[in-house]
Amino acid sequence: MNADHQPALLVDPGQRIFKVARRNFVDPEIFKAEKEKIFDRSWLYLGHSSELPKPGDFITRKVAGRGILFTRDSKGHLRALLNTCPHRGAQVCRERKGNAKSFQCFYHGWVFGADGKLRSQPGETSYPEGFKGRDTSNMQPVPRFDTYRDFNFISFDPNVIPLVDYLAGAKEFLDVICDQTDAGMSIVAGSQEYSIRANWKLLTENSIDGYHAATTHATYFDILMSSTDNLASGMGGGGYGYDLGNGHAVLEYGAPWGRPVAQWIPGWGETGKSEITRLYDNLVQRHGKDRADRIARKNRNLFIFPNLVVNDIMALTVRTYFPMAPDYMVINAWALAPNDESTWARKYRLNNFLEFLGPGGFATPDDAEALEHCQRGFENSKEALWNDISKGMGMDKARHDDELQMRAFWTQWNKQMFPAPASGIKGVAA
Amino acid sequence: MQAPSRTDVEDFLFNEAELLDQWRLPEWLTLFTDDAKYEVPCTDLPADASSDSNLFYIADDRIRLGERVKRLMKRTAHAEFPHSKTSRIVGNVRIQAKREDEIDVSCVFQTLRTKDGVTDLYFGTTKYRLALDGESLRIREKRCLLAGDGLRPSGRISIVL
Repeated sequence: MNADHQPALLVDPGQRIFKVARRNFVDPEIFKAEKEKIFDRSWLYLGHSSELPKPGDFITRKVAGRGILFTRDSKGHLRALLNTCPHRGAQVCRERKGNAKSFQCFYHGWVFGADGKLRSQPGETSYPEGFKGRDTSNMQPVPRFDTYRDFNFISFDPNVIPLVDYLAGAKEFLDVICDQTDAGMSIVAGSQEYSIRANWKLLTENSIDGYHAATTHATYFDILMSSTDNLASGMGGGGYGYDLGNGHAVLEYGAPWGRPVAQWIPGWGETGKSEITRLYDNLVQRHGKDRADRIARKNRNLFIFPNLVVNDIMALTVRTYFPMAPDYMVINAWALAPNDESTWARKYRLNNFLEFLGPGGFATPDDAEALEHCQRGFENSKEALWNDISKGMGMDKARHDDELQMRAFWTQWNKQMFPAPASGIKGVAA
Repeated sequence: MQAPSRTDVEDFLFNEAELLDQWRLPEWLTLFTDDAKYEVPCTDLPADASSDSNLFYIADDRIRLGERVKRLMKRTAHAEFPHSKTSRIVGNVRIQAKREDEIDVSCVFQTLRTKDGVTDLYFGTTKYRLALDGESLRIREKRCLLAGDGLRPSGRISIVL
């Protein structure tokens, strides 16, 4: 793909310029190339181990356009299989989730174990001896599958670097999040499945954008103002943005909202106070005061390239999204919570989640509106060519409401889309 | 109130739909009791799931429902500015249970919403718990069970269902 006629990015650190071509959000050629150069080369989030607690549990899920059958086999091992019959291609499992000893393709009746191995097929005598022993008779596993702290990822690139190396600096932030408890975390039942009529990269940007909160989410902060008394201190002390390598990024900051682990707000009353104190003291005991403070009181919007967001904010959400067209994406979002959480805390966590997050909350619909109106604005991209994401460029340390995080994403995106020497980038990325 | 007939209930629900279509939300809010709940579970949950232990799309108590109305009447509720146009059809209304001071009602809904030239459809079943209050009915619980697979392509529930 040739970007010489108009570069995808325009970067000049000396002039503190970082511009992103709006063509990147609308061009069908870019959309096609992203499938191959971004989604077929990265580690992509599949699901959380807690979603399959028992042997035989399964989930079907779409990842980057592929139907995946995610199972826990009879020995307890997690498996990610391409949900297609090795015989003639039909989708083997057509249910969303459940528990099964085996999966039968309804077309010709081939039966597979939860490990994908062919168990039986009608008319076996017409096949040679040893047919069942052939690898090609089994459901095919995804090329690569790996797990980090119960976050399961797949890759369609057999040569992708190991997951832990891929995660780079994001690993430490996942640790901070998972260290909220030593009892493990689980996805809460209920999946938010929605869509936005906008390019998927707009959601990437929005998820690590600390700059838009005050205006886009004005109504949310109005409500928060009435339930907390520390808004006067700004965002509870502010914070910083970090480039975590390999396109991952995070913002870490203080904020006035309550955190179920573990920042109390007056709206939670005395029951809440003693519960939050107990959780906080427990963290201090296990991690020391500094790390406990960071775990309990800092918020993290963590982005893992190219399409996973783990927000450790007023609740804990896991969100992944996939482009269906240059101007349409689908999003899956879940709530994550400590296994040893009390009934009280679970209730307040979910309450907090819904106030801000999700397509029925007081904030996410306004994000979606903003993204859709960016997409509409890009109708002018032939004349109005560039987005500006230079905020905070050249500063010693990027604030959480600067745009360093987005520059980290776009730099990696550009590297994969337009590899050197045919790079469309001018100068080097900040 | 005397035991309400299905016609009484239909009049009540049609009036509710009209208030919502006309964006008379503060007036609509007065239809609810002080202990009311308005809930929309995720579509992969059982119909009777509890919002205390499951992730919903919406789980408002009366206080948050009031905040929702206040928010939606502001220019800064960007998702609904300018207000979308909606058209609600409520049908298949049935009284499913009667108790001394309240009744359970089930109906289906189809809500069309248009904004910026795009029209979306929301559809499903609503379960109401209606309190018998003097000469009128009031909503103690409204649970909208979306029948589609998630919110695609509608994307969000920025209106009241």
